Formats: sequence, C-alpha cells, structure tokens
Amino acid sequence: MSKHHVSATVNGDPVEYLCDPRETLLDCLRDHLGVMGVKEGCGTGDCGACSVTVDGRLVCSCLVLGVEAEGAEIGTVEGMGTEGNLHVLQEKFIEHAALQCGICTPGILVAAEALLKKNPDPSETELRYWLAGNLCRCTGYDKIIRAVMDAAADMREAS
Amino acid sequence: MPEIHLWSGLRHLAGGEEIVAVEGNTIGQMLDALVAKHPRLEPAIKAGVSVAVDGQIKPNNRASKVSEESEIFLLQKLRGG
Amino acid sequence: MALDSGKPKFKYIGTRPNRPDGLDKVTGRARYGADISAPGMLHGAILRSPHAHAKILKIDASKALALKGVKAVVTRADFADGLSGEDWNIQENCMAGEKALYDGHAVAAVAATSALIARDAIKLIDVDYEPLPHVTDVDAAMAEGAPVIRDGAADYSVPEGLHPNVVRYFESGRGDLDEGFAKADLVLKRHYTTEAAHQGYIEPHACLAQLGADGKGELWCCTQGHWYVRQMCAAALGLEVSQLKVTPSEIGGGFGGKTTVFIDPVALALSRKAGGKPVKLVMSRSEVLRATGPTASASMDIKMGMTKDGKITAASGTYRMQGGAFPGAPVDETTVLAFANYNIEHVHHVGYDVMSNRPKQAAYRAPGAPMAAFGTESIIDEMATQLGLDPLEIRLKNAVKEGVRATYGPKFPAVGLIETLEAAQSHDNYAVPLGPNQGRGVASGFWLNWGGDTSASVAISEDGTVAVTVGTPDIGGSRASMALMAAEAFGIPYENVRVHIGDTASLGINEPTHGSRATYASGLAVIQSAKECIQKLSKRAAEAWGIDPDAVIWEDGFARPSGPNAGEFEPMSIAEIAGNMSSSGGPISGHFEASPETYGGSFGTHVVDVEVDPETGRTTVLRYLVVQDAGKAIHPSYVEGQFQGGAAQGIGWALNEEYIYGEDGRLQNPIFLDYRVPVASDLPMIDTVIVEVPNPGHPYGVRGVGETGITPPLPAIANAIAAATGVRFTKLPLTPPRVLAGIKAAKNA
Repeated sequence: MSKHHVSATVNGDPVEYLCDPRETLLDCLRDHLGVMGVKEGCGTGDCGACSVTVDGRLVCSCLVLGVEAEGAEIGTVEGMGTEGNLHVLQEKFIEHAALQCGICTPGILVAAEALLKKNPDPSETELRYWLAGNLCRCTGYDKIIRAVMDAAADMREAS
Repeated sequence: MPEIHLWSGLRHLAGGEEIVAVEGNTIGQMLDALVAKHPRLEPAIKAGVSVAVDGQIKPNNRASKVSEESEIFLLQKLRGG
Repeated sequence: MALDSGKPKFKYIGTRPNRPDGLDKVTGRARYGADISAPGMLHGAILRSPHAHAKILKIDASKALALKGVKAVVTRADFADGLSGEDWNIQENCMAGEKALYDGHAVAAVAATSALIARDAIKLIDVDYEPLPHVTDVDAAMAEGAPVIRDGAADYSVPEGLHPNVVRYFESGRGDLDEGFAKADLVLKRHYTTEAAHQGYIEPHACLAQLGADGKGELWCCTQGHWYVRQMCAAALGLEVSQLKVTPSEIGGGFGGKTTVFIDPVALALSRKAGGKPVKLVMSRSEVLRATGPTASASMDIKMGMTKDGKITAASGTYRMQGGAFPGAPVDETTVLAFANYNIEHVHHVGYDVMSNRPKQAAYRAPGAPMAAFGTESIIDEMATQLGLDPLEIRLKNAVKEGVRATYGPKFPAVGLIETLEAAQSHDNYAVPLGPNQGRGVASGFWLNWGGDTSASVAISEDGTVAVTVGTPDIGGSRASMALMAAEAFGIPYENVRVHIGDTASLGINEPTHGSRATYASGLAVIQSAKECIQKLSKRAAEAWGIDPDAVIWEDGFARPSGPNAGEFEPMSIAEIAGNMSSSGGPISGHFEASPETYGGSFGTHVVDVEVDPETGRTTVLRYLVVQDAGKAIHPSYVEGQFQGGAAQGIGWALNEEYIYGEDGRLQNPIFLDYRVPVASDLPMIDTVIVEVPNPGHPYGVRGVGETGITPPLPAIANAIAAATGVRFTKLPLTPPRVLAGIKAAKNA
C-alpha cells in the first residue's frame, strides 16, 4: 500500500513523515515521530488521553487521520514547558498531587491549557464540563480541578 | 494442646467438630497434625488457608510459632486486590 | 538508634513534597507499557472469538502466513502442555484450547512487520467454530440444565447435587441464627444484585517481549507485579523462571486488573516462533473490556434481625458470584467481610463461586468487599429508616473495636471504625440541610489489607545519598512515600533519596502492588533496610573513633557518640562515612526479604448527598465525604488521592458501570462511550478526613489505604437515593432508566 508524505509542525518544529492512509494522527505522532507523551486509551475519542491541538484547536488525535495533518501546527504536552521552565499547569499538577498513575495527565494538561487560552477565568462547572472528555480513573478529579483552578488564578495574576 | 477453630464449611470434613485440639509448636506442624487427625481436610488445607493466631492473620507462614495459649482460627484463603 | 523509641515525632513523614516522578509524568517523558520499541521489532495482534461458547474445530492460518510481512502465527499448540490449577486457567485464558469460553477469548495471534499488517493478517485466519449454548447470568448458570462451562472444574468444597458450574463453595458463621432472629424486633430479608464492573485503567495492557529458542527471554510490560508476570509466563511457556527477566514500565492504572497476565505469554510465544525477534503487543480498549478481568457480578440474599434500639441480633447472607469462565470469583473475601464491621453474635454466610461464559474475572480494588457491603449496608439502612434511627448511631451501636471477636473468627487488634463514624458525625457535611428530591446516604466499609512477599534494598552512595530499590510498581505516588520513609529513617533530606522499581533480576521475589500493601510492606522493608544501613554506618564511625559500636547513636543523618562516657568526637555525617566507605570496609547497603504479617485493616465511612431528578431518574452527586483510617498518612496528598479515587470508582459502579451482554452472549458495550466511567462533570469535590489510629505492626503506624475507599460508595449512593426518592433500590447500577422506572412503579403502587 502506498504511503502519503506529510509535512507539518509539531511543537514549533518542522516534521515530515510517511503514513498509511489508515493511520491516525496519534499513530503518526507516536510511531513515526516518537512523540510518546500522546497516549492511546481508547482509540474512539472517548478518553482524551491522546488530546493535542491542531492549529490551536483541541482534538483527540485518535480521531484525526495522519494525512489530515498536512501543513498543520500540532501541539502536544512536550511543547507545553521544558524542564526548568515548566508551564504553570505542569507545576500545579505536581504541587497538588493531581496525578496518580499519570497516564491521563498529558492529555488533561493539553486540554486544560486550551481552555485557559479561551477562558482564563473558568468556573468550576465550566472546567468540569470542558474536561468531561478526559477520563481519569485514579483521582476522582478533585485534585485535578483544584490544580487547574489554582494555575488559572496564578496565570491571571501574572498577565 | 493448641486448639484450632474451623470455619463452618470445614466442619463436615472434620466429623462435625468445630474446635480440634492438635499437637504442634508451629502453624505447619499444627496443620499437618490436623490433616493426620482428619484426612478429609487435606484438599482444603492444600488449596490454601489463612491462619489467624491471636487476631493476626498469617497467610502463608508455616514456621510461625504457636503456643498452648494461642487462639487459632482457620480462615478462607485471602488474597490482595 | 532513634527509630521506634518512644512516641515518634516525624520530620518528613506527614509532609507533602513533590513526587519524585512528577516531572517525568507532566512532561510526557515517563515511559508506559506501549512507549518503548526495540530494533527489529515486530508487532502482534490477537484474533478473538466472536462466540460466547464454541468448540474450536480447526484453525487454518495458511492465508495469514502467506501475507507479506507476517513472521509468525501462534495458537494454543505453541504453549506448554500439562499445566494444572491456576497455571492452566491463566494459560487457557490467554489462548483458548478446545473451546472458546467467552466473547473475546483469544484463539490465535500474529506477529508481523507492522501493526497494520498484523491486524490485516488476523482477518485471514480461518477458524471453524461449533457454537454451543451459552450462559452469562449467575443465577441462570447455577440452574438445572444450564450449559456446562467445564465439567470437573469444581474443587473439594462443593457439596454434591450442585450444578457443575458451581466450582467453589464457602460456608462460615457462628452462633444460632434462630435464636438471634428470635431476639429481634425487626427482621428483614432482601435480594440484592450488583453487575460486573471493569477496573477501567486508562492504559490498555501493553508489552514488548523477546524470547529465544534457548529459553532465555526479556519482557517489558505494564503490570502491578512483575514477579507474578514472570512466574505466570514461565509456566504458560514452559520456561525456567529465572531465565525470564521482567521489567515493569510505568503503569497507567491497574486497580487489581494488572496483577495477572493476558497478552504477555502470547507476545513471548510469538517472539519465540519468529526466531527470537522482539514483539510488541498492545490491546485495544474493546479488547480490554471484552477479554480482561472485570470483577465478578453478585446475586445475594441478606437477612438481618435488629432490636428496636438498633442492636443487630443476627445476620445471614447467601452470595452467588460470577467470575467468568474460570474459578476465582472473590466469594471467599465477600463471605469473610460481609458483616465484619459489626459485633454480631449469630451470623452465617454461604458463598458460591460460579462459572459462566464471561471473561475471567480479575481482582478489582478490595475484591468481593463492595458487593458484600452493598447488601449489608443497604439492609441496615432500610432497617434504620423503619425503626426511625440515625444511620450513623446504628452503626456506632454495633461497630467493632479492639478486642471484639470478628464475624470471621479472631479478635480485632486496634482498628478505627468507631473513629471514622464519629468523625463523619461531627463533619459539616452531615449537617447540611437538604432540599426537595435530595437525600443523604451513609455507609461503612472494611478491607483487611495484606503483607505478602516483599524484598527491598537500600544502598549508600559515595556522596552519602541513598538509592532505594523496591519491587512494587509505583501506581499512585508510592515512590514519594518510600522516599519519605527512607528520609525519616536516615534523618536526611527527602531529595537525597532516589527510589527505583527494580526488575525481576535485581531483588528477591515480590508480590504485586496489590492488597493495599505497597506503602505498608515495601515501606516496612525500606525502613528495615535503612536500619541495617544505619547499623553499618554507625559501626564505621565507631571504628574510626576507636569506640564500641554500641556507644554510637544515629541522629539526623549523623553518627554521634552516645554520651560523654563514649568519648568526645565530632559527629560524623552520612556523607563523610560514605565518602570513606571503600577504605573502611567496602560497600554499605541494607536488605529486607520477608512476608510481613503485621498489616492492619482499614475501616472507612462515607457520607453522600444526592439529588434525583424525578422527571428523568438521573442522580446528581451534590457532595461526598470520605473518612478513613490510614494508621499514619506518610504523604497525606496521596492518601487523600486514594480515598477520592476509590470513592469515584464506587460511584461509577453504583450509578453507571455495568457489563451488558446480549442474547447472543456478546458484550454490548465494549467501548468507553457505552461503558461509562465517571467524568469530571459527574462528580463534585470529594471531601476527605484522614483518621489516624496507628497500626501497631508498622514502625510508623502505616495501614494500607488503597482499597477500602471503593467499598462504601455502592450502598452509600443507594441509601442516599432511597432517602431522596422514598424508593429502595436493590439492583445496581442505578442508571436513570432504572431509577425512573422505580419511582414510577412506587407511584402506581
């Protein structure tokens, strides 16, 4: 089966890959580009572990085909912050113990960042509904919600 | 002699006895003596039991010491989760 | 030495530092089961039965093998022969033999040069099935004429005359039920059911396996217990156990479901057949739901007697539990724990472990306890309502405490049930006024906890920092608690300790992170290993000073002369002693290998307020409180996290989660859209109170906390819905259609 050549940007860096038309963006990120912070929890768009942004829009990368990413700017958890210069959300997740096993954490961080870009001051209810597409089985969400609200407050203060 | 309390599901394998007195200084010796006295208990003991000695459940330690005064209960084999 | 002397005052224990693996896990660089590759790696895929029960007449893989890129196909013939007991059960579950026993049962597998080719290839395998009658309901599976899953599977315990699908039987109790019920002013009898719920870890099972014809292999996988994986795989494949090395990846949730194997032996078999090339095998979500362990479903009859002032006079329960196509439903735990919260003189339990055409159940957080609690705590609540008594008072009146004889036989050591009930009673949540269609439910729960085989090692590095190696995978922050306990023992900063999860080649055997045992047992092992190090460090200082080792004490990371009589010497730091290690006698390390038995059980009490929409039957959880005994909370944030996570899982089990089988015996909801676990918008904040009744069997008083939290929510939610609607529900889950139907039926009655 012939493969398609795709050029895109991941976390600001230009990338190229060859993909089978059946492969998802999630497959391409993980298997062709080694971007392993993007996780597969379901493959059906129900768990949000594979959340990325495509041209600024939050999507489940398991529901996007690899070939659709031609020319797109893709953002993953790896682009949020670097060691020594973490995103406030990343710092707050550690501080609030907002992760236990950590498998859902990259997707939740990407989703939360996308929300705070649109709405820097979400209510708890708005935040809970925004994150309703990101399953966490360990925490009961309590500490995740607190971490994001705390990060949002810090970010508002800083801006 | 230390006395072993059987859970009721085991009693029909021990001639209806609820409490069996057996010789033994360790859990292992005691269980062996119990099986010697009531051979029909062998598959149950082999399948694995938990032994409570003075309130402390000792799941798999045949070498654990028991004394005349110890209160000993056999329990269904318990596992973690 | 300062350890264990007098009442402990802690410097590090009880603080909330950042977890050591936090940075890895918020930046995406932590490596989970599916995140690793090897040169020359093949990809595996598994063909699964579409039938609930069928004879496998013939498997023809010739077309699959002819596909370019396919390197190996395995069937049951590629596994070891002659297994028995649980080894056979696990092998049979990983790869079907003569029969497919449930929808999703593995029948063959392929390794190919890409995941896409492997997936294409399994479609080319022809399997001739002869479908057989099936059964997926526990009561139906015990009834006369039900299809037999496997004749001869019953063990010694099953009385004559029961259906061959009943494979284990339990009976226990004490006293005289008739006498107990005769003393009661109120006797109630109810039938309850709970459905199978899946552990629902977000990370599907994944592994990377390599096995040569020489019988030597390596396996990387996400697991709660890699020594268990090693033993199970070695048995399934006929290997010497030590020839297989298993390295645990980071683990994306397990909750009991990753204490066994499903795909690891298959990946190893594929690798061996493909000439020793590494094979990566990753499950899809629907494979996880169809073919890995949910917990058992339960059908229960409970009877209880009570005086009008709320004293329980007698209780009996019959528990029929469906653990899928193999023995192992946790009915032993269910019967032991059913009435264990309460001091009851006359009590009796009967349990049946029943096979059916469902996947092999696996442990799920406090296996067997939540079902038991649903029956017991529901009937107590209904009796409290009928007698006009406060539900917490009624529990306080019957609660067990130190010295009380447990319903399962022995006397309780120090336990904290009464303390959790009192803390719940005095909590603000218990006094919040409720509005229309709102109701409050309470329930208590218990888990015995566990010790189990435990090995650990603690090594002093040249600069005086400490490397800790434990064998229990870190599933929810246990590296932080290990580091805190090591820091406390040595009296050195938390940051100077690095905690590693060792592979199967680096320590003696370990049981998994299960049974709420990691912080208790590995923690105890770390403390004892640290003590051994401290003894050696103190001895080095004594030798340097030329005094007796007994004249040296260890304090805050320093060796000091114990008093003026010992001599006048400047305290020697751990770094100083470590720096001279090579010239003063060589390496310094400490070890622990044992099965600690002094674990203490943990009781919890939950209080929940709900609102039920009378138009739709939908339940909204308004507020939720978890009070639980932690003995001593090492890292309180992660203790709270266990409380909250357990509650959330229990809420899901109570309200939404269930395995739904069709008439055809196939699972109807094998994706997260339809198997609906709680999402963020389903839940409120989950309030927590950590009660600390120290476990006398742990140097710092630790009790395991992981499992108890899932036990009270099932009845607590049902009790709250009963209070909100006036309708008593006895069948879980309490989905909107079921609750609506109940409300309507009550109106029409």
